[in-house]
Amino acid sequence: MLRADVAGATGLSRRHMLWRGAGVAALALFALLLPWAATKAGNPDLISLATRIVIYAIAAASLNLILGYGGLVSFGHAAYFGVGAYAVGILYFHFSNAEPFLGFVPGTNQLLITIPVAVVTSATFALVLGGLSLRTAGLQFIMITLAFAQMVFFLFVSLKYYGGDDGLIVRHRNVLFNLDMTNDTTFYFVCLAVAAIYFFVFWRLAQSRFGLVLGGIRQNERRLAAIGIATYRYKLVAFVIAGAGAGLAGALMANFAKFVSPDLLHWSQSGDLMIMVILGGAATLFGPLIGATMLIGLETVFTGWTEHWQAFLGPFLILIALFTRGGVLSLFKMSASGSHA
Amino acid sequence: MPEPLLRIHNLTKRFGSLAASDGLSLDVVAGEVHAVIGPNGAGKTTLISQLFGELAPDAGTILFAGKDIGALTTAERVRAGLARSFQITELLPEYTALDNVTLAVQARLGHSFHFWRNARGEPALRDEALHALSRVGLDGRAAVVVSEMSHGEQKQLELAIALATRPQLLLLDEPMAGLGTTECASTIALLRGLKGAITILLVEHDMDAVFALADRISVLANGRRVATGTAEAIRNDEAVRLAYFGEGDA
Repeated sequence: MLRADVAGATGLSRRHMLWRGAGVAALALFALLLPWAATKAGNPDLISLATRIVIYAIAAASLNLILGYGGLVSFGHAAYFGVGAYAVGILYFHFSNAEPFLGFVPGTNQLLITIPVAVVTSATFALVLGGLSLRTAGLQFIMITLAFAQMVFFLFVSLKYYGGDDGLIVRHRNVLFNLDMTNDTTFYFVCLAVAAIYFFVFWRLAQSRFGLVLGGIRQNERRLAAIGIATYRYKLVAFVIAGAGAGLAGALMANFAKFVSPDLLHWSQSGDLMIMVILGGAATLFGPLIGATMLIGLETVFTGWTEHWQAFLGPFLILIALFTRGGVLSLFKMSASGSHA
Repeated sequence: MPEPLLRIHNLTKRFGSLAASDGLSLDVVAGEVHAVIGPNGAGKTTLISQLFGELAPDAGTILFAGKDIGALTTAERVRAGLARSFQITELLPEYTALDNVTLAVQARLGHSFHFWRNARGEPALRDEALHALSRVGLDGRAAVVVSEMSHGEQKQLELAIALATRPQLLLLDEPMAGLGTTECASTIALLRGLKGAITILLVEHDMDAVFALADRISVLANGRRVATGTAEAIRNDEAVRLAYFGEGDA
């Protein structure tokens, strides 16, 4: 009886996995063929749009780890995104003027160096700011993460040496092997590969022992304490992993835009990332990807109509929030389970 | 008499002018089922919360296995060998029953900084979690999401989770509350099976359960212990009758 019950449970998830596998395969095929199709259709701008979506999907997914899985409403995630971008920008700045950073760290334009530096720098910021923020909870946590992010924002505004308000130009994208990074299709595939690795790692993480604890923290912290789990450490590690992911996305963004400025750290960026997570489906693997696609897609469509595009976006978001509890992804789940019922 | 596993001395906790624990002292001997009874507001749940580190006492000491655990956090006390069940269930509602117990097994086995392997696929975790579920009679309900379980099942699950942490001392806060007669009987049978292996501090209103299980009974009233003794002695105790029926208390 025990066996049958467990087999029944895994049988259900096997069907679920089959659906998911098919979905991922279709998504991968679509992503791989997209540059070819865009060129064929005479609309190569789509490649840049897709690159932006891929980068923001990574950033939103990193926020999803704490916001969706952990239930920690961080309103300052753009800070780690921006710090990652500035790591690339500052390293490039010192590379181009041949003056070492702080007098002894040489600049570089090698992607295989700049990305790890961006990731580690963002993770370090997250360790310090998260370590302090996580001593609070609820509304206070939201406010303190926002406050810290604003501090980081103004830090970069005040760094006149690195352009202050005006930001830094990264004249050429970072170098990776012998790839022609100026080619938008090549750069798209680089970002796509990074995203594929990131989402694979994220998937493993979400179902690991650590992921199980994190989901438990969202549902009932008191219960976790009652089975002997000191939740603070897990929340902090999740916060650092999330910061590192945002740093990765930021590093790609700096290369994509060939420009970094304090705008990347603005609180409205944090808001956009939150919208992507909630829109697509919090605590789901691909929710942030769907959210990023929708937000950036809608923004592109509406800006084509009018410069007051936010007037259209706002009501649209409200409708989605009202009618899809659990994000757009929940619509697919509802229709999928409906067809099996 | 052997050295007590749990020694509570002069425990005091006030909420404004109300004394939930008023110089409370109590010993629980290893291996016994020690029931704590008393009228509503006597300070039973407050006592458990203080023992479990969820509520800080104003004064007094708590010795567990000879060590003062007063300064430990809840999680540290659990790792020291305490477990509790909650009167109003505290579960992970979006997880399955199996996940809830798996997490408890996982927590007992050490830290959870494992980032790669599928936790739900680990036989070491799953087998023990399934075993804990079958002990409380939830064999067939492993894959059910907690929010879809009945109240009675959720109470049983509380117990399975507590057992999965393999405690030395189990603090049970009204495990029978809200259970049907058959569920009550099976819970009593289960707890009787634990007798001797796990020391139990049982807070319970169901007197049939208390008299069926308890080796000793302590009676609380207004945050104080008014009597301790065997079931027989408590039945005939004058102070107990006073606590329950006397002094204008309906």
